[in-house]
Amino acid sequence: MNAFTRTLAVLLPVAMLWGCSTTPSTTDADLTAGDAAMTTTGGGMDDSGMVGSGIGDSDMGSGVEVGGIQGNGGFVGDPLQDPNSMLAKRTVYFDFDKSEIKSEAREIIEAHAQYLSANPSVRIVVEGHCDERGTREYNLSLGERRGKAVQQVMSLLGVSSSQIELVSYGEERPAAMGHDESAWALNRRVEFLY
Amino acid sequence: MIILRFFGQFVRVLLILLAMSGVARAGLTIDIIGGVDAAQPIAVVPFGWQGPAMNPPQDIAEIIAGDLRRSGLFAPLSRGDMLSRPQDGTQINYRDWRLLGTSSLVIGRMTAVGDQYKVQFQLFDVNRETQLVGYSFSVPEKELRRIAHQISDIVYETLTGDKGAFNTRMAYITSKVWRTNNVRYYALHVADIDGHNPQLVIRSRHPIMSPSWSPDGRKLAYVSFENRRSMIFVQDIFTAERRKLAGFKGINGAPSWSPDGTRMAMSLSKDGNSELYVMHVASGKLQRLTNHRAIDTEPSWSPDGQNIAFTSDRGGKPQIYQVSSHGGKPKRLTFEGRYNAKPTYSPDGKRIAMVTGQNGNFRIAVLELDSGFVQILTKSRLDESPSFAPNGSMIIYATEYLNRGVLAAVSVDGRVQQRIALDEDGDAREPVWGPFLTINK
Repeated sequence: MNAFTRTLAVLLPVAMLWGCSTTPSTTDADLTAGDAAMTTTGGGMDDSGMVGSGIGDSDMGSGVEVGGIQGNGGFVGDPLQDPNSMLAKRTVYFDFDKSEIKSEAREIIEAHAQYLSANPSVRIVVEGHCDERGTREYNLSLGERRGKAVQQVMSLLGVSSSQIELVSYGEERPAAMGHDESAWALNRRVEFLY
Repeated sequence: MIILRFFGQFVRVLLILLAMSGVARAGLTIDIIGGVDAAQPIAVVPFGWQGPAMNPPQDIAEIIAGDLRRSGLFAPLSRGDMLSRPQDGTQINYRDWRLLGTSSLVIGRMTAVGDQYKVQFQLFDVNRETQLVGYSFSVPEKELRRIAHQISDIVYETLTGDKGAFNTRMAYITSKVWRTNNVRYYALHVADIDGHNPQLVIRSRHPIMSPSWSPDGRKLAYVSFENRRSMIFVQDIFTAERRKLAGFKGINGAPSWSPDGTRMAMSLSKDGNSELYVMHVASGKLQRLTNHRAIDTEPSWSPDGQNIAFTSDRGGKPQIYQVSSHGGKPKRLTFEGRYNAKPTYSPDGKRIAMVTGQNGNFRIAVLELDSGFVQILTKSRLDESPSFAPNGSMIIYATEYLNRGVLAAVSVDGRVQQRIALDEDGDAREPVWGPFLTINK
């Protein structure tokens, strides 16, 4: 180990810590409720700015501090980490208002299914998404239907249902911004999150 | 002379711009983009002012004129064209107002009395030379805008026979990336219907969608992804108190408050796929309304609470259906076009506004329930989330303009169009018009 890498080895964790400590304070509070809540005294006429930040609801604590689901299978030789493996492809795409699996998607789903059935302790989140066209709640249901179509193929290939968590975000989390077919095609998708 | 006249025009434009920039500071700007041709001429004279300060804390007449103009039914006379500025009935020269083509005249005065403001107004019929209505209010400074909206309501109702909806609020969702940390935030806001007084209800790094007003205007139900999946929450907008209403396995979406406020219709996929349920809000008890392997979502209550309109693709494509709020066999309501979704009943229960897809464009349409006649009201390509004014006169909706999500409004006959732009960057969407606010007399 030369001097440079030694310095780096010391500095890197420090830099990471530094990075944590300089996180803007706005990210600390994941959720803000009614920090300019309206108050009323007498028949809805009064709406002077009452301040009521912080909510004493136990629902708030859960889910707001946890990061995204991280891969915990990062050991050497894992095909999940192989960029040339079909497993490197984590997204499959759909046609507008459709949940049928396209032929190019089938290969990707089968690769993930094989990996999951060979590794029954691995769990994934299957996330369904839509493009912005059409109504939001219908798209929330359509995203779930897309996820289910993928899940169905996987269970036929031997993946246990307990290994898959299904979530739909509808059109609320687009992968591509923009309001044209090139963006929409990227947004009609199911993602595999290990 | 020509130069002078041109200069006069310029000053007028400048005044309008100044007035609009005043609006801009409040968070939302409303532009009227059509429909003022057939509007009724009216004059709202600047109110007289007696108080310690040079100028009154609010320009009541400007707020009233703005309300009336936005309705599309009235064309308020510009101040520069007024020959006189009467402050009480004895000062009115009716002949002058007739010469200006004004048929109705609003005058008033405001007096500071301690920490209260006394606001008096009168509405006159210029041709008959008679007072139609007059009121006096005493309110603190922070109520002045609301009093102005109430005066607009009274003027509107006196002259049209229909209840005004100026003293109301809207809820809407915004989504924007913060420059400080490059994180996207989603937020639910409530603002006065003229775009003023925007207030934050909740903000999150995870999507928030589908706000629904309680019929008393005190609470909002909405869907939040704060727990990494959709769940329905109910929040008091005044106290910020909130609770989780539905967090079942799968989708918890599309909350819609019953007209009596005791029940919530929603779409849940806990039993396999999206089905409609009605939850008793106090007990949490669920009743299942639909049972079909297709998507059933976006429930909307008829004003009498008897029926629920909803979106379903049980016929292959999304269409509007209706089911009794106690369950039963759904009936299909829409047959034209390949995409009809997100129904919402008009306050009189005779019409349903919805999103209709045609040739790749999504627009706001109104279905007459008796005749089955469908009228398309908007012209853009990504219009969604229609919501009726509580008096049924206008529909507020979301659209795309210059690559951004913005709010817009259209009169039920399609004649009047407004665009409501957010004055910060980011997208606005899912506007929901709140109920009439309680009036203190």
